[in-house]
Amino acid sequence: MMRALGMWEQQPKGGMMTATPSHGDADRGTRRDFLELVSWSTLAVGTAVALWPFIDSLNPSKEVLALASTEVDLEPIEVGQRVTVMWRGKPVFVAHRSQEEIEAARATPVDELRDPEPDEQRVQRPEWLIVIGICTHLGCVPVGQRSGEPRGDWGGWFCPCHGSHYDTAGRIRKGPAPRNLDLPPYTFVTDTLVRIG
Amino acid sequence: MNRRLFRVLLLAVAMVLGSAATLLAAEVEEPPARDWPHEGIFGRYDKAALQRGFQVFKEVCASCHSARYLRFRDLAGIGLDQATIKALAAEFTVEDCCDENGEPFERPARPADRFPPPYPNDQAARAANGGALPPDLSLIVKARDRGEDYIYALLTGYEEPPADAEPPGEGVSWNPYFPGGWIAMPPPLMEDLVEYPDGTPATVEQMASDVTQFLAWLSEPTMEERKRTGLKYMLFVLVLTGLFYAYKRKIWSRLH
Amino acid sequence: MQREFVEAPVRGVLKWIDQRLPVITWAYNELVVYPAPRNLNYWWNFGSLAGIMLTIQIVTGIVLVMHYTPHVNMAFDSVEGYIMRDVNWGWLIRYLHANGASMFFALVYIHIFRGLYYGSYKAPRELLWMIGVVILILMMATAFMGYVLPWGNMSYWAATVITNLFSAIPLVGDTLVTWLWGGFTVDNPTLQRFFSLHYLLPFVIFALVFLHILALHQVGSNNPLGIDLSKKDKIPFHPYYTIKDLFGLGVFLLVYGYFVFYAPTAFIEPVNFEPADPLKTPPHIVPEWYFLPFYAILRAITFDIFFIPAKLGGVIAMFGAIFVLFLLPWLDTSPVRSARFRPIYKQFFWILVLDVLVLGYIGGQPPEGWYVTIGQIATAYYFLHFLVILPILGKIERPLPLPKSLDEPVLGTAGAQAAK
Repeated sequence: MMRALGMWEQQPKGGMMTATPSHGDADRGTRRDFLELVSWSTLAVGTAVALWPFIDSLNPSKEVLALASTEVDLEPIEVGQRVTVMWRGKPVFVAHRSQEEIEAARATPVDELRDPEPDEQRVQRPEWLIVIGICTHLGCVPVGQRSGEPRGDWGGWFCPCHGSHYDTAGRIRKGPAPRNLDLPPYTFVTDTLVRIG
Repeated sequence: MNRRLFRVLLLAVAMVLGSAATLLAAEVEEPPARDWPHEGIFGRYDKAALQRGFQVFKEVCASCHSARYLRFRDLAGIGLDQATIKALAAEFTVEDCCDENGEPFERPARPADRFPPPYPNDQAARAANGGALPPDLSLIVKARDRGEDYIYALLTGYEEPPADAEPPGEGVSWNPYFPGGWIAMPPPLMEDLVEYPDGTPATVEQMASDVTQFLAWLSEPTMEERKRTGLKYMLFVLVLTGLFYAYKRKIWSRLH
Repeated sequence: MQREFVEAPVRGVLKWIDQRLPVITWAYNELVVYPAPRNLNYWWNFGSLAGIMLTIQIVTGIVLVMHYTPHVNMAFDSVEGYIMRDVNWGWLIRYLHANGASMFFALVYIHIFRGLYYGSYKAPRELLWMIGVVILILMMATAFMGYVLPWGNMSYWAATVITNLFSAIPLVGDTLVTWLWGGFTVDNPTLQRFFSLHYLLPFVIFALVFLHILALHQVGSNNPLGIDLSKKDKIPFHPYYTIKDLFGLGVFLLVYGYFVFYAPTAFIEPVNFEPADPLKTPPHIVPEWYFLPFYAILRAITFDIFFIPAKLGGVIAMFGAIFVLFLLPWLDTSPVRSARFRPIYKQFFWILVLDVLVLGYIGGQPPEGWYVTIGQIATAYYFLHFLVILPILGKIERPLPLPKSLDEPVLGTAGAQAAK
């Protein structure tokens, strides 16, 4: 006789329900419905908010973020030399471009490129090209940092995995890679010091 | 009647245990209780005291004690801005590995670096301190019973040894708050040992209070975030509990 | 006794699933229509609270594992230097987990004493009770190994002392301890296996909790009167007890939250904020509060018993104190369940509570002087209660008249009052 109005049983199901509302119950019913709604939604909101710390704990920690920027001293890098620095666990190519390399990059007609981008948009200072050294095809590290290594047909970098050729502005010229080498965010702190990240 | 008997029994047991506890109380002096601004539900760190305390730590404590969980970047928590932290870190030299020849090299510290320890390892620390190891201070306030009170009492509590006390070795001092009384650390603080840039007079009590607060922060840098979150949590759960109490009453009223 | 199952009132896809895999019907029967006694009081909230606490421990634990490093050189740093300082909300998750263990034990101990008071272990609920005791034992193992993981100095010495208990076993003791350690002292192999088991056992507990609930729902819940109730004295679990449990959960969350946010290190020994040091035994080794009564029993046996050396005697007594609970359904010979109708047992119940509190207090004190004597008396009484008092009391005690049902307090007023 004391059957409850379980949440599921309130659906128009007929036979399950035995409780019969008496007089004056209509008012009580709406008040209970309101209380029911507020209680359950408060619980739902609380549970959802309580999940946030657990989700956020998987984001990069303060330790990871503290190492999120790298400073590079440009002083010892000679013209024509390329060095690799690590930034957020990824290799970054810093190339001190020679005049010929700059000119080769600037002479290329942009509309012939797969990923059209003029050289001016890819560097802050013409003599310094700074790109992320990860092939945009499938994530290999292209070769060409050392003078003896193959630099591809355009004198930039060559990815040995699937044969992508990059030019002296790090732009894709031949092979399967879809995009130019990505650019990390960086600023020149002084003329000889650059901060990546 | 039974209930009264019961209470008498309880009281008797409590009294026996209580007196036994008093008899067994150790001879170490209890640190007097002090008020700390970071205590209590609404307690927050006093940033100015933390900065003064860091100065004392850096200029006095750090010459013997390490603090391996202190990174320069953490000092944002005592209210230093990024430029100050960077400049401060650059005053210190840390060893990094490695240059092109595979040799370790030295460079100025960066904000992400740890505050450099005074000794390369525990053996070196012992050797330089007459065999006693100066403990790491990262968690010292949490690692001692009634941490703040104890450290303040220890720093300010040096006194003449009692006549009958026999020092266990060379170069030890008497401090009634230290277990056993004899402590290898000489009195670390003296009037005007540091010069506070904010003009606060550097009395021993002032420095002890400041450095204790700094060490409390170092032990629990997330305390303020914890208490702030706690307040929101408590208020929310209180409302939720109230709602479910009303809801429960409503539902159960059909049974009565 | 065959339970009646009601098909879950679902349609569409849910119906399709339910016909092939009746999980919805199962949940519907266990959590919605389950007929629960109408007169359960708030002591009956603690079972479901313990279940929720187990879930919180598992969730926080899984997230902590993502940041923790189980290696002697890095464990302490990964907890105190990384999780507590650098991981987003790491302090919260760690404090939830560390204090959660204490909360879990508090809830379970209240749950157990409720069972003792109302005779919930008696027929037909013996197996239900015994599964509960297994859960308690696994909880203790899990909590102990979890306490080792931060690799503080108390972690290290607790691990040393507790694993050394097994060296008391004759003949194979030392071999066994070496096997437990995976070496000749508590070291990295020990830490890593404790980590593995600390992760595994909660899921075993979780499975046992399902069996515990299954066994409970098979025979039905006990109630404050301890009498078998007819159908009309029962109400569906939902919404009555779901709402009541949620209200109880709210109150519990306030207590839990107080510790997590305002006294997070109340249950952590200061020594455990120093890294493990195999050369520096803390002057006063104490286990977590929830082990203190058992620790007191362990230390109470300071003398040889016939051919059993004191060391082995202490270990046997300590494990015996838990294992005696398995026999409880048969040691208590009274046919009446609830202490409400057992005036003499009620007194002894409260003396037992007091005795366990005394044991807990003694367990936290140094083993000197009067503490030893009090501990010995309290230990003797603990076993006396279960092994002598309960069997005899069931035979000689005259219980008060039992009511027939909640609405028919045929005899006396006890039933009518209890029903309110």
